[in-house]
Amino acid sequence: MSSVLYDVPGPKARRVSLIGSIVGSLLILGLLALIITTLAQQGIFEGRRWAIFTRADVWMLLGNGIGATLSAAAIAAIIAFPLGLMLCLLRISDAAAVRIPTRVVLEFLRGMPVVLMMFFVLLVFGTNPFIAVVSGLVLYNAAVFSEIIRAGIQSLPKGQREAGLTIGLTSFQSRMLIELPQAVRRMMPSLVAQLVVLLKDTSLGYIVAYGELLRAVQVMADFLGTAFLFPIFFVAAAIYIAINICVSRIAVWIEHRGTKKAAGGVAKAEPEPIEAAVP
Amino acid sequence: MDAILENLPLYWEGLLRTLFLSTVSGVIALVLGTLLAAARVSPVAALRGFSMTYVEVLRNTPLTIAFFFAAIVLPRLGVTFEQFEVAAIIALSAYTAAFIAEAVRSGVNSVPVGQAEAARSIGMKFSQVLSLIILPQALRTVIPPLINILIALVKNSSVAGAFFVLELFGYGRQLANTYGDQVLAVLLGVAFFYLLLTVPLGILASTVEKKVAISR
Repeated sequence: MSSVLYDVPGPKARRVSLIGSIVGSLLILGLLALIITTLAQQGIFEGRRWAIFTRADVWMLLGNGIGATLSAAAIAAIIAFPLGLMLCLLRISDAAAVRIPTRVVLEFLRGMPVVLMMFFVLLVFGTNPFIAVVSGLVLYNAAVFSEIIRAGIQSLPKGQREAGLTIGLTSFQSRMLIELPQAVRRMMPSLVAQLVVLLKDTSLGYIVAYGELLRAVQVMADFLGTAFLFPIFFVAAAIYIAINICVSRIAVWIEHRGTKKAAGGVAKAEPEPIEAAVP
Repeated sequence: MDAILENLPLYWEGLLRTLFLSTVSGVIALVLGTLLAAARVSPVAALRGFSMTYVEVLRNTPLTIAFFFAAIVLPRLGVTFEQFEVAAIIALSAYTAAFIAEAVRSGVNSVPVGQAEAARSIGMKFSQVLSLIILPQALRTVIPPLINILIALVKNSSVAGAFFVLELFGYGRQLANTYGDQVLAVLLGVAFFYLLLTVPLGILASTVEKKVAISR
């Protein structure tokens, strides 16, 4: 393996890095041991605190929380994607009268905290928390999807659109038939990565009192006693992280599949535009 | 409108708190993130493993969970704070550091290997390769994404408002309670103050991006 920063190590460098590895591991293990003994002193590892996970109702509540989290995320994603496509078409429209207002709206949506939008919908329209959560997620993510797809369209060679117009397609047809499909495919990794952000943001529902996973933790801790807060929180956090890592892996997999195809001979000159998902 | 005008000092105070939270967490996250990125590209396997685990876990943790942990779980474990702001800064900087680490690492990786090989082959020392050849190129690609992460940090600091910290969103919530009849105006006011911070940063990011673009 060669890196930008150093050559393939020789025997001496390998020995040094082995020693470094051992010292580093010991340091990290020491830190972990410190954390674990501190936790143990607080009585976190007592059996009775973890025994609640043998109870069916605890899992049912956790399950309800996961269901609420996933359904809000799924519905928001299903609405946000087509909306993002539409906003993207308006944003790159040939008519300035359409393009400029869309741009203003997109800047506005992208510049605001998601939790503020949820709160806004909740209070101004007096909706229930579920609709507030979904609307907040849809408004923000549609704007982000739109920008990702726009980056995809702009990364296409100019000839794609020119060829479309030359064979007599209208501007709209060229966008729909030639540019969008390529842009969406090209930006698939970024779009899936944004899904992770969307999924993570459902946890903001906690703040507007939507009964998602974190709210379920709070409710259970209130009900069972704060002694159980840590175990329940720990399990819920692990579930969240596991779900998100799975979705992230899908993004990485799609990315790899894309590059493998390209290496197999499909024409692809320039590297993928780097569009890191923003926290 | 009255609600906004009467409470302009409160909005101003909120804006300053938001700026304070974002700046302090931003600086801590930059330092921590750079260290993590350095560990990630180092030849020492244990450090690479640690950095990778940290980044992978924190990047996939919802910010609200990080806040919940810092503000509600940590105090139960015996770590108490004088002010909730400390908990907010811990959550924000620990979370943001993971994203900064990824951005910095991808910046270093985006420099073609040949650049360093060429530098070494003309006899440069490691420190020279790093400071004269790699870092200048890596930083150029990394500054725009870093600004984007900082924009996200400003927006993310709003979550602190839900965990007992009075910043822009926290005051907004308070005002929305007091002025039940003017919720629309109150919240649009909050939105305006957020845009005051995020839009200029966004423009800065795209300007820098155009300025430092390297044609390869």
